[in-house]
Amino acid sequence: MALLRYESQVRAPLVEGDKDYHQVTEDICRPVEAKPTRAWWIGFTVSVLFLIFGIVSVTMEVIYGTGQWNLNKTIGWGWDITNFVWWIGIGHAGTLISAILLLFRQGWRTGVNRAAEAMTIFAVICAGQFPIWHMGRVWNAFFVLPYPNTRGPLWVNFNSPLLWDVFAISTYFTVSLLFWYSGLIPDLATLRDRAKKKWRKMLYGVAAFGWTGSTKHWQRHEALSLVLAGLSTPLVLSVHTIVSFDFATSVVPGWHTTIFPPYFVAGAIFSGFAMVQTLLVVTRKVLGLEEYITLEHIDVMNKIIVLTGSIVGIAYLTELFMAWYGANQYEWAAFKDNRLDLFSPYGWSYWIMMGCNVLSPQIFWFRKMRRNLVVTFFMSILVNIGMWFERFVIIVTSVYREYLPSAWSTYYSPTIWEAGFYLGTFGLFFTCYFLFAKFFPVIAIAEIKHILKRSGENYKEKMDEIEHETTEEFAEKHGHDHGA
Amino acid sequence: MAVKKFITGNFYEEAVLFPAVKKTRRAGYKIHDIFTPFPIHGLDKAMGLRDTSLHTAGFIYAISGTATAVGFITWALTVDWQINFGGKPFFALPAWIPITFELTVLFAAVGMVLTFCYLCQLAPFVKKDHFNLRSTDDTFVMVLECTDKTNEADAMSFLQSLGASEVQVQYKETGWWLGRYDKDTKRFERKAEVAAQ
Repeated sequence: MALLRYESQVRAPLVEGDKDYHQVTEDICRPVEAKPTRAWWIGFTVSVLFLIFGIVSVTMEVIYGTGQWNLNKTIGWGWDITNFVWWIGIGHAGTLISAILLLFRQGWRTGVNRAAEAMTIFAVICAGQFPIWHMGRVWNAFFVLPYPNTRGPLWVNFNSPLLWDVFAISTYFTVSLLFWYSGLIPDLATLRDRAKKKWRKMLYGVAAFGWTGSTKHWQRHEALSLVLAGLSTPLVLSVHTIVSFDFATSVVPGWHTTIFPPYFVAGAIFSGFAMVQTLLVVTRKVLGLEEYITLEHIDVMNKIIVLTGSIVGIAYLTELFMAWYGANQYEWAAFKDNRLDLFSPYGWSYWIMMGCNVLSPQIFWFRKMRRNLVVTFFMSILVNIGMWFERFVIIVTSVYREYLPSAWSTYYSPTIWEAGFYLGTFGLFFTCYFLFAKFFPVIAIAEIKHILKRSGENYKEKMDEIEHETTEEFAEKHGHDHGA
Repeated sequence: MAVKKFITGNFYEEAVLFPAVKKTRRAGYKIHDIFTPFPIHGLDKAMGLRDTSLHTAGFIYAISGTATAVGFITWALTVDWQINFGGKPFFALPAWIPITFELTVLFAAVGMVLTFCYLCQLAPFVKKDHFNLRSTDDTFVMVLECTDKTNEADAMSFLQSLGASEVQVQYKETGWWLGRYDKDTKRFERKAEVAAQ
């Protein structure tokens, strides 16, 4: 048994400190069972205020229409679709951590997957708001669903990327939610069994679905997690691919390129990891979980940020090169006149994007920087700004000067209500996150226990002794009697 | 309802639990279940539980998702209401791949989770007894089911000799919430065990 748990000493421990199973439970349940702190109340209140501002902004839009956002015939997609793509991209890191890293058997995901998956779900909820309210006549939003109707029956257009998006986003949300919640059930059972107060016991009891920890149940749970991970992996790639099809299948110069799907997926993971860093650098500090979300975790995620940031950089350059090399004058004009030219109406946004997404993450080639929390936090904000501008560049700089000069429009700038809607989704996101951090364990307790004896600091030390023992010594000390 | 008698013993180390499971089965005791705070790989095999077929169910759900998507879109766009999009064929299979894929994943995921909940009898407001509240914290709780032939004192001292602590007798009402896995359990094969040594 002992040998099967062997993990190389080169790898830093994923759980620091002298922990046993009970201590893990105590550490992770403490913030959930304690009274909310003053910092929590302040953060939560600010989030709710932003949310209220968002609700007011959306109400304005519903009353007066999308013109309230300064959208016009030329620039029909402005901040709203920018924000939609930005939020949905952020969600991707959670699925990458929980699904793809599960398939790759990366032990470090256990410290961060729960919070990252929660982030995915909240980000997808925020993303979903934009296309829905952008419809203008939002009371007709159900028209996107294929249902027998009195208009023919006229079905939705199954050949349209916009409809693919409806299916992709709703499937993504559902599957992410199921994956997240099925992982939460055992941890909620832990909270239920620790609860002292009656109402706590009842609420967590309801939420835990009557989980017992039976071996057969665990066996099925493991099978379920593995298959859901296997399903989520192509799903997450398909979601941002389909989002990119919204652009790539059109004939607008700057959108009509085949590089979009991989470029969007890499960008999504890039921005998602930045958001994970933003959240976890603060969460680990405030909830005192530094021994579970270690500097090693931060370091590894920063490596992913420099990798995906560089992939995005190569995609930008490839796209630029192909615009020139493709010898399509409209495509090249979109790049040369609308983007590269710093002094064109929206040229500055292209260079903010380049600076934030391509240049700034290169700082993470240095180990010292990767393990510096202040730098990490600052960089994560910078990357999120950069990735927002990427979507802004793609959307606005492509459509404001298209084929028809008489339709050119350089007068697009957001109104307070358009910005308010965006800030409102921040309110929604952080309200959800604060509630999550208060009422749910932000780290997957069962999964940490599962890797504890392999990657825990105190166990790894003992493993070092085992590593240097001869086979005979090992068998002598650790072997058990098989009986006759 | 009838009342059943169980003997429970707590274990704290996997290295102690595994040989204990083996010896308990060899001694002929009936392991009702082992409750653990996290999945212990190999414990299901050690207990003689058969593999789960949840994967197969998932595959069937996935296929039905694919069939639903292709079937429905084909019917809607080629039979029920044909729409001419720039002279393209009504049967535009490549354009339907994204939705087909999404529905495949959706059906598989939702179906599997519901099946999982059904098999494990998990649902909100379901209350189950799992013998020891610490089994969701740090304790592996082995539960032996007492039959007519079981000598209670023998069984308890046997569990203690295997390294179990806080060995005790518990009475539970029988019912579906206790779970029955004895149908899944293979007979202990002494022959294979001898060969393995």
